[in-house]
Amino acid sequence: MSDPLLSLRDVRKTFRTHGTTQVVLDGIDLDVAEHQCVVLIGASGSGKSTLLRAVDLLDDVDDGQIVLGGLDIADPWVDADEVRARLALVFQQYNLFPHLRVLDNLTLAPRHVHGRRRADAEADALAMLEKVGLEHKARAYPDQLSGGEQQRAAIARALVGNPDLLLLDEVTSALDPALVGEVLDLLTALRDEGTTMLIATHEMGFARDVAHEVVFLHEGRIHERGTPAEVLDHPQRPETQEFLRRIR
Amino acid sequence: MGEMSGPVDDWTPSARARARTEFRRAQHRRALLVALVATLLVVAVVVLVVTTAPGWDRAREAFFSPQRAVEVLPEVAAGLWLNFRVWVVASVVGLVVGLLLAVVRTSRIPALFPLRMLTVAYVDVFRGVPLLLVLLLVGFGLPALRLSWLPVSAAFLGGLAIVLTYTAYFAEIFRAGIESVHPSQVSAARSLGLNRGQATRLVVLPQAVRNVTAPAASMLVSLQKDSGLISILGAVDAIRAAQIATTGDYNFTPYVVAGVLFLLISIPLTRLVDAWSARQGWRGELRRLPGAGVLR
Ligand SMILES: Nc1ncnc2c1ncn2[C@@H]1O[C@H](COP(=O)(O)OP(=O)(O)O)[C@@H](O)[C@H]1O
Ligand SMILES: [Mg+2]
Repeated sequence: MSDPLLSLRDVRKTFRTHGTTQVVLDGIDLDVAEHQCVVLIGASGSGKSTLLRAVDLLDDVDDGQIVLGGLDIADPWVDADEVRARLALVFQQYNLFPHLRVLDNLTLAPRHVHGRRRADAEADALAMLEKVGLEHKARAYPDQLSGGEQQRAAIARALVGNPDLLLLDEVTSALDPALVGEVLDLLTALRDEGTTMLIATHEMGFARDVAHEVVFLHEGRIHERGTPAEVLDHPQRPETQEFLRRIR
Repeated sequence: MGEMSGPVDDWTPSARARARTEFRRAQHRRALLVALVATLLVVAVVVLVVTTAPGWDRAREAFFSPQRAVEVLPEVAAGLWLNFRVWVVASVVGLVVGLLLAVVRTSRIPALFPLRMLTVAYVDVFRGVPLLLVLLLVGFGLPALRLSWLPVSAAFLGGLAIVLTYTAYFAEIFRAGIESVHPSQVSAARSLGLNRGQATRLVVLPQAVRNVTAPAASMLVSLQKDSGLISILGAVDAIRAAQIATTGDYNFTPYVVAGVLFLLISIPLTRLVDAWSARQGWRGELRRLPGAGVLR
């Protein structure tokens, strides 16, 4: 098998507050191969967001390697903007730009980061909006959209730059239960197209459907990993069993 | 949650981590060096341009005469004391009345409607008319009314004009602050049983004032500076004292002395305000939020 697209090796991250040091990522090893969908599960505070933010270089790690396409992007001499332009992170709270129409949210990076012409960027953006079922909202402002629509727009914005890897941080947690389905359906479709994804989620049914690998994070360490059937149906570790019991 | 550090945590940085730290330090050193060199360069250019100007020798004599500076310092400093008192009084009155006006203006109590209209008119007028004009109108207009109870000293009238204008500015700032508090905060307060006044006083205003501390404080700085305008009414403040000292010999050093004295107050004040507002923003309370750090 060829090298995975993304490899984390012994990644460590601490937060210092008021003199105490909290180890939030404690020796993480993780691989995401191309066209694979890896799902992170774990209780709130287990370090899922920190891990995704570290991969997107929004936070520096203390130690370890984050290798993307053969390059250790944790090294501070690597051009972080270039790395981030190849990745896309979708946040729990959408983080659409409220002053821009949906279409302009989508064309912002293609035009200003990737130097696309406006007409081309808009054509791509409209195609992407059609794919997520939002072509009729292209001219609307984010606050005129429902939560599910906003999140789908945010995913479209992430995808329109053709990222090598899509990072998703609990993208359904802020949504009404009734709106969760439309977002998960979209992600399932993306997985079927072969989009490489690293996903943090609390939706176990969804994890079971889409994951090639499920990774259980507990107190900054990976306690268990495997296929959905292995981790979700036959968990070996007591921490995993406890976690799964609680969220059922 | 992860474990706490101390004896439990036996992490020693890898060679890789140490190399990264060293790289970041070197980057930091280089940034400092660049800042230093850039500063020296700018200073050198300014000094060169000024000192090689054809009129430099004469200008130095007329504006930067050390003996003259020492001679006039006591008078100008005495004048500055007046500026300082005007500043303190106008600040206190402006802040308190401004806040009251803002509350009246944003309240929805029907009985306050006429007062609300008055507030709107007052703010519109005093925010829209140049301070200089207000000074002239108050300074020369009010004494013409010959009200026996009204003090007519230039310092009082000048201070009054400044208070009138700045109260309007502060009222606008506080109104913006009140309107920036999310309505859900009022709902939450009212649903706990607080009445309208309590919700305003205990929930809305504390947040409103916090939200506008930075603009209000920078308004205080500019008030300090504008307190010098009372000199046009003849009040002997720092500027007027300097002006008196220049008549006769055409040496303008007293103005420079007055300028330096104003800076001696306003620069520390500005730094104080900056430090305060930094505590509020990305470097302060929001610093703990993900995304507030420096991105590489
Ligand atoms: N900026 C920060 N400063 C201090 N502690 C933080 C910060 N961000 C996250 N943490 C802590 O790190 C731990 C993991 O947080 P997070 O990665 O957000 O967990 P998850 O996404 O799995 O819920 C939590 O205990 C949290 O309090
Ligand atoms: Mg999280």
